[in-house]
Order: sequence, then C-alpha cells, then structure tokens
Amino acid sequence: MSDNGSGKPKFAMYWAASCGGCEIAVLNIGEKILDVDAAFDVVFWPVAMDAKYHDVEAMPDKSITLTLFNGSIRNKENEHLARLLRQKSAILVAFGSCATEGCIPGMANFSSTEEIFTAVYDSISTDNPDGLRPQSEWMTPEGIALTIPEFYPMIKTLDQVVDVDYYMPGCPPESHQIAAVVDLVIKALDGKATLPPKGSVIGAGGSTVCDDCPRQRNVKKINKFVRIHEVANVDPALCLLEQGILCNGPATRNGCGALCPSVGAACVGCYGPAADVVDYGARLMTAVASVIDSRDPDEIEAILDGIPDPAGSFYRFNLAHSLLRAGKPAVSGD
Amino acid sequence: MQRITIDPITRLEGHGKIEILLDDVGEVANTYFQIPELRGFERFCVGRPVEEMPVLTNRICGVCPEAHHMAAAKAGDAVYGVEPTSTAKKLRELLYMGFYFTDHTTHFYALGGPDFVMGPDAPVAERNILGVIHKVGLEIGGKVIQARKYGHTVVEMLGGRKVHPCTSIPGGVTKGLTEEERQQIEAMGRWGVEFAQFSLQLFNDLVLGNQGYVDLILGDVYTHRTHYIGLVDEQNRVNFYDGKVSVVDPDGKRLGKYAPAEYTDWIAEHVEPWTYLKFPYLKQVGWKGFVDGNDSGVYMATPLSRLNAADGMATPLAQAEYEKFYTTLGGKPVHQRLATHWARLIELLYAAERLVELATDEEITSPHLHTVPTKTPTEGVGIVEAPRGTLTHHYWTDERGILTKVNLIVGTTNNYAPISMSIKKAAQNLIHGGTVISEGLLNMVEMAFRAYDPCFGCATHSLPGQMPLEVTIRDAAGDVVDVLSQYCGNS
Repeated sequence: MSDNGSGKPKFAMYWAASCGGCEIAVLNIGEKILDVDAAFDVVFWPVAMDAKYHDVEAMPDKSITLTLFNGSIRNKENEHLARLLRQKSAILVAFGSCATEGCIPGMANFSSTEEIFTAVYDSISTDNPDGLRPQSEWMTPEGIALTIPEFYPMIKTLDQVVDVDYYMPGCPPESHQIAAVVDLVIKALDGKATLPPKGSVIGAGGSTVCDDCPRQRNVKKINKFVRIHEVANVDPALCLLEQGILCNGPATRNGCGALCPSVGAACVGCYGPAADVVDYGARLMTAVASVIDSRDPDEIEAILDGIPDPAGSFYRFNLAHSLLRAGKPAVSGD
Repeated sequence: MQRITIDPITRLEGHGKIEILLDDVGEVANTYFQIPELRGFERFCVGRPVEEMPVLTNRICGVCPEAHHMAAAKAGDAVYGVEPTSTAKKLRELLYMGFYFTDHTTHFYALGGPDFVMGPDAPVAERNILGVIHKVGLEIGGKVIQARKYGHTVVEMLGGRKVHPCTSIPGGVTKGLTEEERQQIEAMGRWGVEFAQFSLQLFNDLVLGNQGYVDLILGDVYTHRTHYIGLVDEQNRVNFYDGKVSVVDPDGKRLGKYAPAEYTDWIAEHVEPWTYLKFPYLKQVGWKGFVDGNDSGVYMATPLSRLNAADGMATPLAQAEYEKFYTTLGGKPVHQRLATHWARLIELLYAAERLVELATDEEITSPHLHTVPTKTPTEGVGIVEAPRGTLTHHYWTDERGILTKVNLIVGTTNNYAPISMSIKKAAQNLIHGGTVISEGLLNMVEMAFRAYDPCFGCATHSLPGQMPLEVTIRDAAGDVVDVLSQYCGNS
C-alpha cells in the first residue's frame, strides 16, 4: 500500500483507546479505499500495514498531510502517540466519538481509578484474596522489570491533549460520510475544493437527527416518560419523544441518517452536539422540557423524574468533553 | 538473564507485549504475555438503565459488537425474568448467524488460513489474502468479498446499523422482518451454505491432502491438553445463541453443564500484577498456574473447544463434517490448536445452514416482536458464544432496572492462559542455548496466536488474529543486539 518517495501526500490513521469500530467503518468504505491508496502514501496505519513508532518519530515535522486519530486518551501511551502524531501531521482529525468527545468509555470519568479497579479486580468471579492491582512496573522473580502503561485517572479527548484541526463525529462515523470527507480532501489537494476553517466539524450535517428522522412530529405534549421496553406497541411512524420515550435526536448532530429511530430504537446521541450547541445536556433538557404538557414546576419535576438516568442520558457520549467533566481536572501524563 | 521482548508493533501496538526470559545457559526460563489496557465497563455501566446495555456494551468491541449486544439483551431478559417472543429470539439468532458468517469468513481467508493455503514456510509477503487469491484463483477473492457483504447485510437489516446494532431490548426486538427482506436473507443464506462447503473443500484439498500440513497440525508444538467449554443445546449440540455451557476435561469427559446463572459455580478469575487482563479458570479444578492437564483449571473457549465440548452439530451438513473432523484427527477431544482453523470452517457451515433454517421459519416474519416485562427487575446473566469464546454478562439492578453492579467475562479473555502457554511452548521449542531461530520463532509464535483468533478489542482493542511482531533481542546487559520485525496480516 505504501509507496514512499512518490511525492504524493501522506496519510496516517491511528487508534488510541477505542473499540476498533472506527477502523471497521473505514474499511467498510469499500472501493473508496482504493481512492485513498491512489491519492496518498499510507505511511502509518497499524490496522492495515506494518509500521513502527520509530518510523513515525523519524519523519519530519508536519510531513504527514492527513492523520485520522480515533480513540480517547486513556493511558500514558495514548497521550504519547497523540503528541507524536500532532507534531508530524499537517492536518490532524479527531475521528469518531472517542477522540472528539470521549464516547461511552468517557463515562468512566464519573468514577475514580480505584472504583474502576475494584469493580474489575474484586468482582464476584475474581479470586483475589490479596487485593492485587496491575502495577505500571513490576519486578519478576527472575529479576526483570515488566512495565505496562500508567492508567490515567480521567479519560481525555484528543483536543484536551493536543491542538486539533477538524472533528469528525459518530460512533462510528458512517462510511458514506467518511467517503465524502476523503473525496473532499483529495479535491482540496488538487486545488479543486477548499477545506473548511480550522476547528470545523466535518463529515456530518448542520442540524439535528430529527431533521433526518422519518418519524412524524405533531407537536404533541406528554405527561409522563416511559421506557422503551415497557411499551407494548411503539407507534412505528410517530416521533419517539412524543410517545414519551426519551430520544436524544433534538440535541444530536445529524449525519447518520437517523439510523436508530428508523428501526424503532431511540437516538442515543453518538454524533455529538448539534451545530450551535455549547452544552449537549442542557440542550437536550430544553428539548425534553418543550414536550412536557405542564407549566407547573412541581409537575414538571415529577415528569422529569421518569427519566431513569439523567446523567447517563444527557452525557452518554460526551461526558469527557462536556462542561461537566465530572469533577477533578485531568492529570498530565508527562 | 537475557531478555527478549516481542512487541506486536502494529495491530497490538501498545495492546500486547511478550517478554521471553532466558536463563544463564540460554534456555527459556519464563514468558510473560502482557495486556496493557483497561477501560472499566464494569464500573461505568453502573447507574445506567439495563435496557441500554445492548447499546452501551457494543462499544467494548467494534469487531464483535453483535456478541455483546446479544449477551446484554439476554442478561436484560434475565434481569426482568421475561421470555422474549419466539419470533424475537429467532430474529436475534438470525442477526447473530449473519455476524458469525462474516466473522469466520474473514478469519479463515484473511488471517488464519493463509498459513495453510500458502504454507507455513511461504514468504511473509505471500502469506496473506492476496497470496491466497493468487494461488487459488481470482474468483475466490470475489466470493470472499461477497460472503462478508452478505453477512454485513443481514446484520444491518436486523440490527439497524453496520457497526453497533441497536434493536435488542429486554423482552425482544424493535425491528421485524418483511417478506421481501426474508427472501433476500434466504437467498444469501443458500449461497452461504455453498460458500462454506466450497471453503471446506478448499481446506480438504490444500491442507488435508498434504501430509506435511497434517503432521504440522498433529505435532506436539501446538498441542495442549486442557479443559474445554462451549454452549450447547438440549441435545448437547453446538449453539451460538442459547443453551447451557458444557465443560469437558482433557480426556473428553463431561464434567457438567451450567446454566448462565450458575457460572460463578464453575468459572473464577485469577489476577497477576503485570497485566490488566485477568485469567479465567475452572473454579472446581483450581488455578495451578500456566500448565496443562486434568489437575489444572486452565480451559479453552474457541471453535475447537465448542466442538470438543459438544456431542455434535445441529445441522446435517455441519454434522457430517464434524464426524469427519474427529475421524481424521483420531477421536475426541482434539487438543491440537491448529485444528481450530478446520473447526472454524465447520462452524461457518453451521452458521449458514442455521441462517437458512431461521430465514425459512414461518414465524420469522411475525409481528410479535416483544414481550413487555411485568416482573420487578433484580439480577440476571446472559451468555452467548462469541466467535472467540464464551461471553458472559452478569447484571444486578435496583427495582427500577438501574444497574447497581456489572460483571463481564469476555470471549478472548477465556483464552488468556492457554494463549500464554502456547507462546511459551513455541519459545521453548525454538530457543536453545541462547540461539534464536529468528524467522522460525516469529512464525511459530504467530501461528500459535492465530489459531485462537484473539481479539483484544474485547480485552483491549486490536483486530482479531493479525499479529505483526517485532522481536527485540537484548544481551544480559540489556543492550539491543538485534531487532527483527515481520508483518503478518492482510495488507
């Protein structure tokens, strides 16, 4: 795949703390992969080719034209790679929900490291009478020091560690959006298109999931929230929120094509805050309040109590990047 | 003390590292396979509504989100004590067969198979999917792409998304199947049965027809006598979606079967301070370290394990292949890890046959998708077979169905101890008196890995089976003597 020395722009993709779904989504762009290969020298992409850290370290600064960075910063090694790729890349894209806003693993920021370790290493199925915990450095009986990367107390997003040029949301970004971004960058490199201003969200829409949703909205008000598994007959054509099912569509950026509501599931918010939204949770709360059929504060509060997990519902994907951030600031790895 | 670090630098970069320690005369003293990553889903899912778990736990692994989706859905059913409608169960299983079909195809053609099709001594550059296509013919490449696409299509049709499906909830599913969709799936399934048969024929011609390969499979280097587990139906036949977990000892004797809720009577996990991942073992046998045998609680959970732990397959063509498998390899159980590749193809055939069965089931297009739970939620366990091993989700909730505790034992984690043992054995077979057989070491370690199809996406997050390796050889003073590297995935 790599063709060093051809003078073509250079491409890199890296995963930090992630599930691998972003990589699968890129591989799912199908024949567009060939366009990437034709337009770029792929110089670093662990999922697809052989390359090493020290190969990247040896590259001149800013020599990689485009780097797609997915995954969040969970440990010291993730942070090291983020800094290295920032230094070597002209355009660094925070790719996918983990890199842009922390994603579901970002909810770990509600908990301390010890709470996480206790849940894992003292679980019901774990036999750990001595309360052992993983050690970042441990001396073997043979006298050799074994190391594993230090586990950070907080998950960080990419832009909490380095300067980011563009944000591409989604868990994972949909393949047709990835293909469109690839097309745009290739055209821009040929001088046939202009890249958006630095800091822009790319590969997504400019409004909300509701705008793409096939379900009908009737500006109907509700007097209680219900949970989706408690409903005998969810109306397949009507807005879920208007059926009392909490749906994150009104606060969430469009771009996926409203996939989940289209198959009877509520939007969970994986594309992150809609264009003009500063705080996702606050926006969702406003949207939710607008469908409540009451002006009595006590009654409104009682209705809102029907939302079983407000913190999780409002900050499911974006806690690590939210104003909330669940407490203490992140500790620098260096 | 000499130290050799095998740092799988790309696919497992930062996500897996092997240390080989040599004694004063250069023999292997010990090996350590470290997993340096943890995310902590067990903790941060606490406080979440249980009906969200099929969507939240998807994000444990982007390679096998379908497995977590199903285990979480079944645990949610159990928490509420609700029986999904018959159609809902069949739709979930149908989605899951589409996933298995894609996943097993990918492993055989892109990851594990090239060692056999091309031969273990073939140059690294040819031991990949392109090499397979060149050797077997171009049309096979088209078939492999078609097979993966068909599986993905089934997942998206029923799960609503290509990655991270969203349609399973406690008591059922949110999306049904139209007659038009059913016909499409049936046609893809029938093609899939032929494709699986074609794949088994390929294995038969290229591998079983070559005594050198058969000897390699049957050789001692890749053999470990361990216990095996796998999900089985009421007739003790392999099942991916539902049933009890059968446990057999190294002699093939069934020690028992456990229902999901009984897993803590059977499975326990051992902790080591040098890695983030735990080592599951059979509780009643006990943790005796990284050793084989009837007295060691180490067990394996892979396609080979599932065949060993079952009495047969539930579909006719796969059953015939199952019988041939044990006849050819000398009876049950089969301990040779490389036979896992063959076992995986037998499972591929089963997945395709089962997909057709479900797609032609008269209930499959029924609108009865959901049973509304009526009981107070408490505690529940869901188990499915992920392609890489038995997957267990255990939830506790308050009376509103809000999670208060979560325990997970994921697919590849089951195999952490046996993978570690296979690494050690490969090292011991190749390193003597301080002499490092470089190319051989790399390839043998890779092959030991690949049989397990490890997916540290669940344990950490690397794609299955692709293990580019870098070996750093240091002298006793810790100085680097040589660095060898090799890439072994599809490019």
